Amino acid sequence: MTGSTEKMTGARALIECLYREGVDTIFGYPGGVLLPIYDELYDSNIRHVLVRHEQAAAHAAEGYARATGKTGVCLATSGPGATNLVTGIANAYMDSIPMVAFTGQVPSLMIGNDAFQEANITGITMPITKHNYLVQDARELPRIIKEAFHIASTGRPGPVLVDLPKDITTDEIDFYYPDKVELRGYNPTYHGNIQQIKKAASEIKRSKNPVIYAGGGIISSDAAGELTKLAEKIQAPVTTTLTGMGGFPGDHPLFMGMPGMHGTKYANYAIQESDLLIAVGVRFDDRVTGKLKSFAANAKIIHIDIDPAEISKNIKVDIPIVGDAKWILSHLMKYAEKAQSEEWLKKVEEWKQQYPLHYIGPATGDGIKPQYIIEQIREACEDAIIVTEVGQHQMWAAQYFRYKEPRTFISSGGLGTMGYGFPAAIGAKIGRPDKVVFDVSGDGSFQMNSQEMATAVQENVPVIIVIFNNGYLGMVRQWQELFYERRYSSTCIQNSVDFVKLAEAYGALGIRATKRDEVRPAIEEAIASGRPTLIDFIVECEENVSPMVPAGAAINEILDLERKK
Amino acid sequence: MRHTLSVLVENKHGVLTRVAGMFSRRGYNIDSLTVGITEDPTISRMTIVVKGDDDVLEQVTKQLNKLIDVIRVTDLKSEETVERELALFKVSSDVNNRSEIMQIADIFRARIIDVAPRSVIIEVTGDETKIDAIEQLFRPFGIKEMVRTGKVALRRGAKGVSS
Repeated sequence: MTGSTEKMTGARALIECLYREGVDTIFGYPGGVLLPIYDELYDSNIRHVLVRHEQAAAHAAEGYARATGKTGVCLATSGPGATNLVTGIANAYMDSIPMVAFTGQVPSLMIGNDAFQEANITGITMPITKHNYLVQDARELPRIIKEAFHIASTGRPGPVLVDLPKDITTDEIDFYYPDKVELRGYNPTYHGNIQQIKKAASEIKRSKNPVIYAGGGIISSDAAGELTKLAEKIQAPVTTTLTGMGGFPGDHPLFMGMPGMHGTKYANYAIQESDLLIAVGVRFDDRVTGKLKSFAANAKIIHIDIDPAEISKNIKVDIPIVGDAKWILSHLMKYAEKAQSEEWLKKVEEWKQQYPLHYIGPATGDGIKPQYIIEQIREACEDAIIVTEVGQHQMWAAQYFRYKEPRTFISSGGLGTMGYGFPAAIGAKIGRPDKVVFDVSGDGSFQMNSQEMATAVQENVPVIIVIFNNGYLGMVRQWQELFYERRYSSTCIQNSVDFVKLAEAYGALGIRATKRDEVRPAIEEAIASGRPTLIDFIVECEENVSPMVPAGAAINEILDLERKK
Repeated sequence: MRHTLSVLVENKHGVLTRVAGMFSRRGYNIDSLTVGITEDPTISRMTIVVKGDDDVLEQVTKQLNKLIDVIRVTDLKSEETVERELALFKVSSDVNNRSEIMQIADIFRARIIDVAPRSVIIEVTGDETKIDAIEQLFRPFGIKEMVRTGKVALRRGAKGVSS
């Protein structure tokens, strides 16, 4: 249809653009300046999911994007609607998730006058978007939307915001949708330098203790298959970051779990003793590296990333290869040969035997250990999508569920946003209705966006909320226990709400489990119900996430924190 | 170590904010920044003087390149670059010392552009060291006000940073 022109309003043009970008779902909340757009949405074929707080719209769009690989779309009105999106946009920015956020704005002539519900959202979101636009002429709208989707989804993905003054949505234009974008300042590199790839291959061949450290870039470039083939060919063990979970099969013999602060001991030991670290789609985050000076101190570092600015940002890289992980890994595959890693793999295997992830059973025979719940979810439904909030439960979900496929673990990595998981789970379930979707949550995090129960029920999105109810803001409590002499300042939230009644008040199914043998039946009941369901698991209240590398320590300085009784 | 970056950007609203915001957010210091249009009216040129070692310069360059509105970033090496800065000095002056001030201005090929009973304004163009030098000479007279534009720079010879 491109090439032909037709007269229409800006609001109508927006919908046309969304059709052309293949958008089938948007998450939003109406408001005064959005009335022309909502009037067009009323009889469009796009599903509009009405959230109960704009923050949830941004998180849901991100969850949708992460589960499907498509660009998530959210919509909020001017002023508070727009500012409520900010946390969700920042979250997508930190984890490089493709998202386009549309915000209403006061009419062009009123901008700058402190008009009712005016906020300078392009100014506010400048440091947390890949790019943003204030549309100043309705005729530019189609080009801008085309660019927005292009920028969000290509190169290193990220959120793009388009601010729409009300008059832009009512002005009439000759609609014309461009075929391609022309951005002279934006030209991501996809193909890695072959000389660098050959150099990497020869380092691999020489190496005795290789480790592959892979992250979210594997998921966004759809390179899980290539990564697995390469690891098998060169015989290197693999550790994936929180955002890289599912980028390598969790049940693969070469898999070492997560590195860093709450990573496995063997992943951390392997990194520290490696002579070659093959980093793919990662950014050497402080939660992974611990003390930078001693991170992989004896290793040569190969860094494959699509963002040149990540190369040598935190750690000096020996062989940088800028480009798309999928492209580079498949080419590296051609040149790479087996590393001299037989002894090394034996050593890694010994570490795995010696230092497995483990927890001590419950203090009383029928108490519930949180890790046990994760194991039971895995046994009940191993191909589920697990979405998490932020805190202890998030780490247990990363440690104890073996993700086999990309896009089955969705979590707020870089920003660490409590309240992220439930709306993101709604987005994920809408994007992947064929999957069972769990929101693994804490009693603290869940209360940050619990109002979205209304969305899940009204839109009939059967997400299963699993609350690890320990009556504490558990991760902060853990740090207070370890580093502040158990002075639990403002972290006790015991008995703040009856979650089962809360679920029922919204018309969702509420289940409570207080004993170990109630765990599995509760999970089965939730899956079978086909309804939005909340399970309130009363778990042991002072369980710690273990192992743990204290902040600022080297990653082989690991604490064991299992409770003895 | 100081570096002069020539940055070609889209001539659009908000671009200066994006560039300045990136510097402050990432903790880099700008010594000076000038911006103006170029021979192509859709492109502006920013000349940014940054303090930092090679690692900082590399990050600054890459982070600038990540901005969608930034078209090209060039690190101008001083030996292959002509650099100029313009400054205006308002110096305390009366009939007793006016000619002395005019002599200094002459030596520096600066121009008197305003004369009042108790002050003169001098315009001087040159590289940074020249402007620093004339400032030192004016100080004893009393500098009431001064303004400097910050550095502008172009690469010598036919080759530009955009070609």
